[in-house]
Order: sequence, then C-alpha cells, then structure tokens
Amino acid sequence: MTKKIFSGPFLIFILCGTLVPLGVIAFYGFTDRSGAFTLDNITAISTSEHWQALMLALGLALISTVICLVIAFPLGLILKDSKLSKKGFMVFIFILPMWMNFLLRTMAWQVLLERNGIINQGLGFFGIPALNIINTPAAVVLGMVYDYLPFMVLPIYNALIKIDKNVIEAAYDLGASHAQVLGKVIIPLTVPGIVSGVTMVFVPSLTTFAVSNMLGGGKVNLIGNIIEQEFTASSNWNLGAGLSLVMMIFIVISMAFIEKFDRNGEGSVI
Amino acid sequence: MKKTLKGLYLVLIVIFLYLPIATLMVLSFNSGKSMNAWTGFSLEWYVEMFQSRQIMEALENTLTIAFWAATAATVIGVAACIGLNAMREKSRAVLMGLNNIPLLNADIVTGISLMLSFLLFGISLNYGTVLFAHITFCIPYVILSVVPKFRQLENHTYEAALDLGASPVYAFFKVVLPDIMPGITSGFLLSFTMSVDDFVITHFTRGAGINTLSTLIYSQVKVGIRPTLYALSTVIFVTVLIILITVNIISNKKEDKKK
Repeated sequence: MTKKIFSGPFLIFILCGTLVPLGVIAFYGFTDRSGAFTLDNITAISTSEHWQALMLALGLALISTVICLVIAFPLGLILKDSKLSKKGFMVFIFILPMWMNFLLRTMAWQVLLERNGIINQGLGFFGIPALNIINTPAAVVLGMVYDYLPFMVLPIYNALIKIDKNVIEAAYDLGASHAQVLGKVIIPLTVPGIVSGVTMVFVPSLTTFAVSNMLGGGKVNLIGNIIEQEFTASSNWNLGAGLSLVMMIFIVISMAFIEKFDRNGEGSVI
Repeated sequence: MKKTLKGLYLVLIVIFLYLPIATLMVLSFNSGKSMNAWTGFSLEWYVEMFQSRQIMEALENTLTIAFWAATAATVIGVAACIGLNAMREKSRAVLMGLNNIPLLNADIVTGISLMLSFLLFGISLNYGTVLFAHITFCIPYVILSVVPKFRQLENHTYEAALDLGASPVYAFFKVVLPDIMPGITSGFLLSFTMSVDDFVITHFTRGAGINTLSTLIYSQVKVGIRPTLYALSTVIFVTVLIILITVNIISNKKEDKKK
C-alpha cells in the first residue's frame, strides 16, 4: 500500500516540470503584455509570414520523415538478419554520433556541401554536376534526416527483432511469397515501431530552429525560427507562446493521424 | 549478389553518419582557421582548448549537469516504478501517459514553457534551472527503460524472500534490484547522453553567463566556430569510443568464459 508513496517525487516533477509549465505557456498565449485576455497571439498565425513558415516546416518535416522511413526500414531488415546486431553494433553505429555535439555535426554539413566542398569535389571526380544545395530547403532536409535518422532506426529495429521467427516461417510454409511475408506479416508487426519512429522524427523536424538556421543560411524560415526569434530577438513572449500553442495543435493533429495506424495503441517510444 | 548489395547499403549509411564527424576531426588538426582548405597539420587548437577558461567551464557545466540530471532522474524514476508497480492498472496508465508528454512534446515548447514558468514564479535563470529542466526530460527515459523490467519480474521471488525473513528493503536490494539493473543502467546512460546532447532546452532555461558546450557552440555559429571546439569534440568522441570498445571487449570475454 505504502509503496505508492515512492512515486511522489515523480509526480512532483510531472506537475512542476510539465503540467504547470504547459499551463503557463497557455496563459501567456492567451494574454497580451498587460495580462488581459486576447486571441491576437493565436490568430497571428494567419499572417502570411507566419503561415508560410508553418507550412514550410510541415512540408520539410513530412519529407524528412518519409526519407528517414525509407532509409530506416530496409536498414532494420538488413541488421535484423546480420550477425552484427548481436554485438552491440546498433548502439555503436547510431548512439555514438550523439557524442559529437549535434550542432557541430550539422555545421560539418556546411563544410561538406559547399561549392568547393568535399562532396562536390567527389562528384566532380566522377563527372557528376555539382550540387548547390547549401542555404536551400534541400540542405535543411538533409540536416534533419541526418540528425534524426537514429530516432527512426532504433524503434523500427527494436520492433523487427521482436518478431517471432516462427511466425515468419509459418507464413513461408503456408506458401506466402517474399512480398506477401513482408506486406502481411513483417510490416504489420512493425507498425508500433514505425509509429514511434515517425513521431520522433516528425516532431523535432517540425519544430527545429537550429538546423534551419545553420544549413538554411537565414533564408529558410521555419515556424521554430519565428518562435525562437520572438523569445530572443524581438522578445514578444506572448506572441511566441501563442504561436507555440498553434504549433502544438498541429503536432497533436498529426500525431492523432499517425496513432490511427497503431492498432495496439502500444507504441513504445524507445 | 544480394549480400553485396546489403553490405553496400550498410556501408553507405555508415559513411553518411560518420562523414561529418570525420570532417570535424580532420579540421581539428588543421593549422589556420579555414574550414575549407587544409593548411598543414598542427595541434595548436588542442593547446588553445586546454587554456581556454570559457571552454573548460562549458565542459564542466555540461558534464556535471548531465551527471546530476541522470543520477537524480534515475533515483526518481526507479522510485516511481516501484510506486507504479503497486498501483492499479488505471492510475498506472494515466501516469504513463503523463510520463510520455515530455518525450513527445517538442523541445522548443518544453524549453519555452519551463523558461516562462521560472520567470513567472520569480526564479532567475541559472545553473539550477537548467538542471531542473534536464531532470524533467530525463525521468521519462529512465521510467521507459525500467518499467519493462518490472513487468518481467517474478513477484514470487520477492515474496519468497519476505517469507524467509528478509525485510522489504533487504529483499528489494537483494532480489528485485539485480533483476532490474540492466534497465536502470540503460536509463542512466540514455539520460546522460540526452543531457549532453541537448541544446534547445538548455538554450531557453540557462541564464546569462552559463554555457554548456551546445550553447557555446551555438553562440559561435554566426561568427564562425573556432576549431578549438572541434578539438574538444574530437577528444570527447574518442574517449567515448574507447570506453565503449573496452566495455564491449570485457563483456564479450565474460560471455566467452561462461561458455
């Protein structure tokens, strides 16, 4: 009975670190500088500058998420069958890069993508025309895919290795083709992993301001950049809070849409 | 044929992941500040790094915040799991849902909402506010790592220990703790890594004058990052690499002995 008490500190952190702050951000979002109620900060999203930033962020986040998924799923399948997976190879390959600061890793792409950078020199060597994507939305997408790919790979991989081998063998025994096994057995059983992977890539991509700042050269303004500027440069906190609320609504809508695919409702985040 | 294709795919992914890291490492040995041209081998950035108080302070802040945040989050998270385990299914589900909020919430929202709360309640931003914020976002990782271990737990062994005269505390440390230890370790390490790598939440909850490595790097993005930071990152990266390899070799040897 008394064991429940041990959850106390956790509850305090949920309350003070999560619930109260969410209340506070809502309070700021619905008030003006003098503290009076207003909807101006919410409706401010409809100005063309803000709306474009939100739509661009949604678009780039969607593209990045799809690319991550397309890269990660075959990767998961390959790793599942390889001997490497047993030796902690996964942790090595995908957690290790996190120990190089992510801002620096993203900055490194600036060096790599430059007109005379390593990548273009390599492409030139093979006679392929140079890529001029630095300071464009394409570079930002590349940065997002690079930064968040591990968050897609790990949950998908975890879901894949949990699949009972007997189930797959049974499907083959019953005459299923490779494509059928993949489409009717493996993919459905991986859905919880895919759902958490998609969420963990989509949300940070949608809300980032650092990646777009570094690889977009100030020309790619996402909703995250606008919000960050309200808190640092223009210091209109109420507007920043209001736009954050709108952004959260879009996240919740997207997640509700994604969760529909998760039939068991048990998307394991890690 | 199929095998070669698979191998090639793996190699391409590894190159994609590690090319930027390799670039930074190479540039850290470059003499001169150029980011594009190789102007000769030098260790000047490594020397400057150890002499820079700013960098050493940022490093110290990063590591101490990560250590205390991960430690506090582990203690609070494990305690929470003990409590959660004793609860009814319904209240547990509600709490697990709440636990997921910081994980699913955008970092920028977490950072801003914490910052606004601190300021609203008259708490000035400093080392403590960053630490509080880090504990908040680390706890969910610990709980998600430990809860599955509690589910796999054989409750009978704990009860057997009690029947044989162990006190609940003694039984917990002797019977339950060893079984959930892998979850605790991975929760701690995950928290530590996340804390070190965090930029956004620190960016909003830190006060003026307090830098972690991330915020220090970000402050230099516009003016050009000094290669000293590449040097520092290379040192950190290589250290972690060596630790991981050592741990792996030791645990592999242990497994071999068991066989």
